[in-house]
Amino acid sequence: MGFKHLINSKKTLSLFAAFVLFGTNLMAQTPAQGDAATVDKGAMWTGIAYYVLLFLVASVCVAIVGKILRVYDLTQKMQGKKGINWNGVMGICCAIFIVAGMYGSYWSLTVQGAMKLPEPASAHGGSIDDMFTTTTILTLIVFVITQICLFGFAFVYRGSDKRKAHFLPHNNTIEKVWTIIPAIVLTILVVFGFFTWQRVMTSTEVKGDINIDVTGHQFAWEIRYPGTDGKLGSTNFRLYTAANKLGVDFKDRNSFDDLSADTLVLPVNKSIRINIHAQDVIHSVYMPHFRVQLNAVPGLPTFFKFVPTITTAKMKMITGNANFEYLLYCNKICGSGHWNMQKVVRVVSQAEYQDWIAKQKPYLSDQLRKELHFADSKPANQVSASNRLAVNN
Amino acid sequence: MSTLAVHDHGVVHHEDGHEHHHKATFLNTYVFSQDHKYIAKQFLVTGIIMAFIAMSLSILFRIQLAYPEKSFPFLTTLLGHFAPNGRISADFYMSLVTIHGTIMVFFVLTAGLSGTFANLLIPLQIGARDMASPFVNMLSYWFFLMASIVMLSSFFVQSGPASGGWTIYPPLSALPKSMPGSGMGMTLWLVSMVMFIASQLMGGINYISTVLNMRTKGMDLWKMPLTVWALFLTAVLGVLSFPVLVAGVVLLIFDRSAGTSFYLSDIVLNGSVQPYEGGSPILFQHLFWFLGHPEVYIVIMPAMGLSSEVLSVNSRKPIFGYHAMVYSLIGISVLSFIVWGHHMFVTGMNPFLGGVFMITTLIIAVPSAVKTFNWLATLWRGNIRFTPAMLFAIGMVSFFISGGLTGIFLGNAALDINLHDTYFVVAHFHLVMGSAAIFGMLAGVYHWFPKMFRRMMDERLGYLHFWLTFIGAYLVFFPMHFMGLEGVPRRYYAFTEFESMKHWLTVNVFITWSAIMAGIAQLAFAYNFIHSIFWGKKTVQNPWNSNTLEWTAPIEHHHGNWIGEIPTVYRWPYDYSKPGHDEDFIPQHIPFSQTMSSNLPHDFEDNPGGLAEHTKWTDAQKANEAVK
Repeated sequence: MGFKHLINSKKTLSLFAAFVLFGTNLMAQTPAQGDAATVDKGAMWTGIAYYVLLFLVASVCVAIVGKILRVYDLTQKMQGKKGINWNGVMGICCAIFIVAGMYGSYWSLTVQGAMKLPEPASAHGGSIDDMFTTTTILTLIVFVITQICLFGFAFVYRGSDKRKAHFLPHNNTIEKVWTIIPAIVLTILVVFGFFTWQRVMTSTEVKGDINIDVTGHQFAWEIRYPGTDGKLGSTNFRLYTAANKLGVDFKDRNSFDDLSADTLVLPVNKSIRINIHAQDVIHSVYMPHFRVQLNAVPGLPTFFKFVPTITTAKMKMITGNANFEYLLYCNKICGSGHWNMQKVVRVVSQAEYQDWIAKQKPYLSDQLRKELHFADSKPANQVSASNRLAVNN
Repeated sequence: MSTLAVHDHGVVHHEDGHEHHHKATFLNTYVFSQDHKYIAKQFLVTGIIMAFIAMSLSILFRIQLAYPEKSFPFLTTLLGHFAPNGRISADFYMSLVTIHGTIMVFFVLTAGLSGTFANLLIPLQIGARDMASPFVNMLSYWFFLMASIVMLSSFFVQSGPASGGWTIYPPLSALPKSMPGSGMGMTLWLVSMVMFIASQLMGGINYISTVLNMRTKGMDLWKMPLTVWALFLTAVLGVLSFPVLVAGVVLLIFDRSAGTSFYLSDIVLNGSVQPYEGGSPILFQHLFWFLGHPEVYIVIMPAMGLSSEVLSVNSRKPIFGYHAMVYSLIGISVLSFIVWGHHMFVTGMNPFLGGVFMITTLIIAVPSAVKTFNWLATLWRGNIRFTPAMLFAIGMVSFFISGGLTGIFLGNAALDINLHDTYFVVAHFHLVMGSAAIFGMLAGVYHWFPKMFRRMMDERLGYLHFWLTFIGAYLVFFPMHFMGLEGVPRRYYAFTEFESMKHWLTVNVFITWSAIMAGIAQLAFAYNFIHSIFWGKKTVQNPWNSNTLEWTAPIEHHHGNWIGEIPTVYRWPYDYSKPGHDEDFIPQHIPFSQTMSSNLPHDFEDNPGGLAEHTKWTDAQKANEAVK
């Protein structure tokens, strides 16, 4: 190897010495410039030097321990005894690891596992959580058995010169068994999962009691409720203006009474159909408490239908958190503001919902009216509250 | 020339004559080498450097996650305008996670892993003088190096590296104005990726043709070590799936620079209506994951192959169920092409399609389970020798189990609704393909280091490296599952704006310090690696008492691997601790006629002549016994 001649210890040492010399020279020059910034930097570098030193000290300790072990090993061998039996040491490490690891997993499961989401707040959420529990139990059993086998075998069959391994190239019976058993278990999981998935995602009755448009853009959500007619007007991205942020098409009669809202307020125990749109990049409507997630894809409107079953007020009691709010947030990388793209979701009783919706502003704002040159005289959305009640019921 | 060698074993100095045509110069020995062993080393060193870079990136964003509101002046010194006021900016955070993922998946675990070990082991273990096309093999490395340099050069672009996540979903990646990283950084990413795929294809075609055409006499497919099987099938996967990503990437380049609308439709960006119409962002996802899912098996299968070999050698036992291991590798390879949709359950893809992909996905768990059980059975009643390589192989199995089991959750479309893109996913794939694959790779490095560098690595530093990394990786990724169960999304710059996520801050601090510990442990490896290359203990020819052919080649490297004739292969590679034999291993090139005492009728399944000899010999033995 030609490299070997290039790098020998003497040259490395002299290079290192030169580096240290010039390095310190450079360092010495920096404070000489002497302004406030360099003083700060000096403090910063001492901070880093502290950690580098700490690391070097740790490395020296490791090296010393290594040398001690080596000296011990050699003296043992000189006395005609056996050196350190690393097979034994590592075997015992494996045994310690599996005991500590199993305890750690248990601790993590109970302490951190307890921080998981509260009970599902939607009708379909229960079946998903049941699937989750079943899968967790099955996988935990496999996890514990296989990990114990792995490290247990490593410990029990740690090498020794006295033994010879058992020659066992294959055993067709046992191989068939452990092909078929996972196959059966997975078939069961697949079948249940498949039907749960079908139930959640596809429903022949795709129209919910309430249709709501949720549109994602960088970095916020826009919410549009239908008016008295219960129908949302159609949209076209080319109609976008500063006042018509969703590009609502007012040639469609259904558009006139649409409402825009700041919060996603949902009546409890009603079937909600959320129509999901995106304007610029892909976003994802994620409402973990309802076990709801679907991507918002520009050019591909999608929807998710679900029934909220627990009001915000009740969930505050369940979680014991007076500030609890359901949230809708973005779960698909969408740019620098991805991490703070949230909307509060509030599940309320039917009566509260009607109070709230009566107060919402029409999407067709005054500015938009001006833009579209509508006559000021005949507002299409002034409908009495009683009418609205009738439709929403 | 070397292809001829397969048919010409008798001609002893055939290749030597060939060698004399060109002189060995510094340039063609150490830089533009066409020797597969040297190319393997080039891949390995480049891969390790890339791994250290990608690991440092992960430490940077872990600092941000643990201390979202603290200022670290050294970050500004280090990163300049990417980290104003001592805090990593949100845009640069995205770049960090993107480039960390890209480098780890493609540059370390695809090229660094397959590139190193396919190059080193395929010719040496099947008994070939070199790859089928040494020149193309060399090009493969240089394209990889260029791709690496272009990828890293994006850190020197004003607007920063690509930042749309390693999956670069359009429209985010297609619209330069949607985020700074989608500008020049994204262009460099795409250029780098095209070069990278060219490199992979040149490598892959070489690996496949070498395995199929250049095996030594007697080396039929069912006598190949599992490493070669795994690397071969990996190459097949790569050759079939990487071109699809090129197609996807080229269409994305068109969308970015030629104004086409393959992936774009109905877009209003920052208040300006864009002219794109008729495309579909989902199309890109299909193309990406058609590579992307085979890709995770491209990452894990070489690790499986290396671990199988290391586990068998160091348990001093044959790998349990060799045929089942091969068939499960084949099963995984075939199935890996029809499961890509499980990355897209909640993209708005037709739910029925989601259901179908869920079925195929859970089927792929069966061969994976078989492999795991077979590894466990290989350890059972072994005589386990704990070399660092063995520990890393055991660690690989442990991570594969832990991460694989959570795959059953994510493969289930119904559960994926709530788990998709949360930290549960991060924990899952970092264990099953990140940690498991890197442990397989490290097992390979420790095991074949003597073959590559003719010296041994220090075992005790290896032990230290293993335990710190192994424990560190579990401490980092295990708690992340529970963050995912609370619906904490991945790729969030900070969790400070969410009241409900604030209680994870202490966990994040813990994870960050575990990551730093595991990161520092890698310095032990780096020191051990570099120090051992130059000053390590000299190796003997077969340091692990292993059966495979590479250990019959001389310690000194020759272009052509074996001086004189390539050994002929007579038996499978896993005759460890065979009863009746005085040693606990019988290399592949030892004929059955030299091991009469340990032969079994099973060894002569397709060799009636041999079986007749064997029966004669056993009868004679019995007769002798009777006489006594």
